Amino acid sequence: MSLVPPAIDLPPPLSETTPAVVDLVNVTRSFPGTPPVEALKSANLRIDKGDYVAIVGPSGSGKSTLLHLLGLLDYPTSGTYYLDGIDTGSLSEPERAGVRSVGIGFVFQSFHLLNHRSTLENVMLAEVYRPGDSSKRKERATAALVQVGLGHRIEAFPTTLSGGEKQRVAVARALVGEPSLLLADEPTGNLDSVTSAQILDMFDDLHRLGITLAVITHDDDVSERAERRIYIRDGVLTEEGEEVGESQTDSIWAAEES
Amino acid sequence: MNQPARVRDIPRSVLSVRDLLNEATIALTARPARTIMTALGTVLGVAALVATLGLAKTAGSQIVSRFDELEATQVTVKPPRDRGNSRNRTVNVIPWDSGDRLERLNGVVAAGTKSDVDVNGALARSVPVVDPLGQTEFQIPVIAVSPGLFDAVRAQMATGRTFDEGHDKRGDAVAILGPGAARRLNVTRVDNSPAIFIGEEPLAVIGILHDVARQSDLLNAIIVPNGYAAERMGLIAPSEVHIEVDVGAAELIGTQAAIALAPNQPDQLRVSLPPSPAGVRSSVENDVNALFLILGGVSLLVGAIGIANVTLVSVMERTGEIGLRRALGASRRHIATQFLFESAALGALAGLLGTSLGILTVVAVSVTRDWSPVLDSWLPLAAPILGAVIGLLAGTYPAWKASATEPIAALRSGA
Repeated sequence: MSLVPPAIDLPPPLSETTPAVVDLVNVTRSFPGTPPVEALKSANLRIDKGDYVAIVGPSGSGKSTLLHLLGLLDYPTSGTYYLDGIDTGSLSEPERAGVRSVGIGFVFQSFHLLNHRSTLENVMLAEVYRPGDSSKRKERATAALVQVGLGHRIEAFPTTLSGGEKQRVAVARALVGEPSLLLADEPTGNLDSVTSAQILDMFDDLHRLGITLAVITHDDDVSERAERRIYIRDGVLTEEGEEVGESQTDSIWAAEES
Repeated sequence: MNQPARVRDIPRSVLSVRDLLNEATIALTARPARTIMTALGTVLGVAALVATLGLAKTAGSQIVSRFDELEATQVTVKPPRDRGNSRNRTVNVIPWDSGDRLERLNGVVAAGTKSDVDVNGALARSVPVVDPLGQTEFQIPVIAVSPGLFDAVRAQMATGRTFDEGHDKRGDAVAILGPGAARRLNVTRVDNSPAIFIGEEPLAVIGILHDVARQSDLLNAIIVPNGYAAERMGLIAPSEVHIEVDVGAAELIGTQAAIALAPNQPDQLRVSLPPSPAGVRSSVENDVNALFLILGGVSLLVGAIGIANVTLVSVMERTGEIGLRRALGASRRHIATQFLFESAALGALAGLLGTSLGILTVVAVSVTRDWSPVLDSWLPLAAPILGAVIGLLAGTYPAWKASATEPIAALRSGA
């Protein structure tokens, strides 16, 4: 499979039959307590294939809850989350793990690289739990590292890498095996502005390649790069602007009007 | 491209054995010093167990082989102890031809009688030598034997010959000297037929002993034939019978000897058998084992606690890694499997190392003691398995703890 699908110029009409990558329908997540905290309130969000979405909000706004729900690391209290058309509420825990391993690539603020392994081994870790052929694992990991511009550092250990390089390795790990959705949680939170810009440039490249990106951030520099900006405040989602513009997607957003 | 992961076409995450091995290898080799320290308790415990079992086996085998050589082939027959009751005084029923009777039995190598002779304080001397300073007369015990006794005690001659049936039957006045007696009597050779005197009775010395394997009192005695002792020294009956039997025949001969010697009253004879080899071995092994097995068990327990402890700490340290793995698709079971496998592998390695140390100990002790090391063949196999089981048990709680870690919290904790 090629990493370069001609996704950008795809016409939208397929959306009737093609399931969205992410489709949240009235998803609420509340945490028990007195009173119970609703971290996400009846959220509706659709992300189509090839979208580049920034989810923006201050800390405590429910960003992380949304990320964990999208990443199948947490369960909604009510509502339905379709990922690639699959009703994730119907999945067992092992199936959710399987969907995570195949369908979602994570990029974290703190990189989460294993220090005792080379960059190549760190990237190969992405496929340890993934079903399917493992014979070409090394080749795929190498290709992903080349794609993020680290083809010359495959034998290096994370402790010898700069912050930007570490995040590139993390992106390579998220990319390997072509997940449906790349979820980034404050990907530039630990980086200086120059390195941040490099990572964001890379995200632009990935977007051009047709990869579906959801980036969670509180940083305007980051959200500006995205096609769509979803604001989240007190658990309520609002998408910026009415016009979907030239976006190839057919986004649905239906947050509570405020 | 990524189109249709269609409904119900749900992927399941996997963890292949190869990946499991690979992950465990990386985890155990990432910090070798810590791995070794973690395993140390188990290494020592297994080493103690293996060394204990091996040494007990080795020592037991040594004792048995020594018994095999000498004691296991020796049977002695004596009349019962005199209870001092003169009215009911036991009659000595050992016949003069005991040796002949017993040698007919299958399993008897040699047999002969041996009797201390009471010479009423008569002193022994050799041919008079004029030596005003030296002592020339000695109190030397006199022992009467039948010809077969020399084989039964494995006598080796320094010079000369032993008695034969003729000497015995005729009551010849001949003697064989133990090396101690020969030295005191100053007899060094027999080719010139030296004479000695017991009291006023002359005897011709026909041989000098070099050594005996049993009945070392012969070495300091003047040995005369039964016939002579009966005729000239008033010996009424032989006082004991010594039998050399084939290895393993002792029990059988023990039951037959008394009947062969005294068919009418076998209960008048007391037969001494060597201790059963099996009994000796097991009693020695039990003595050594009980103490050291407890010791080994305690070190194993400490080792297990060590593994559990460090694994638990490592689970906490690796929280971020656990979260990452969950995000990458590991299920709870994969996480638990992985930590269990790591601690089991660690335990197995510790067991292997401990087994080697234990065997080395057994060999080293054997070398210094001049033993041949003996080891049950199942031991080197079972010990690493024991280590693995200990690792598995020790890893159970940490693995459960790891699998219960919520990925969200784990990812927050940082890498």
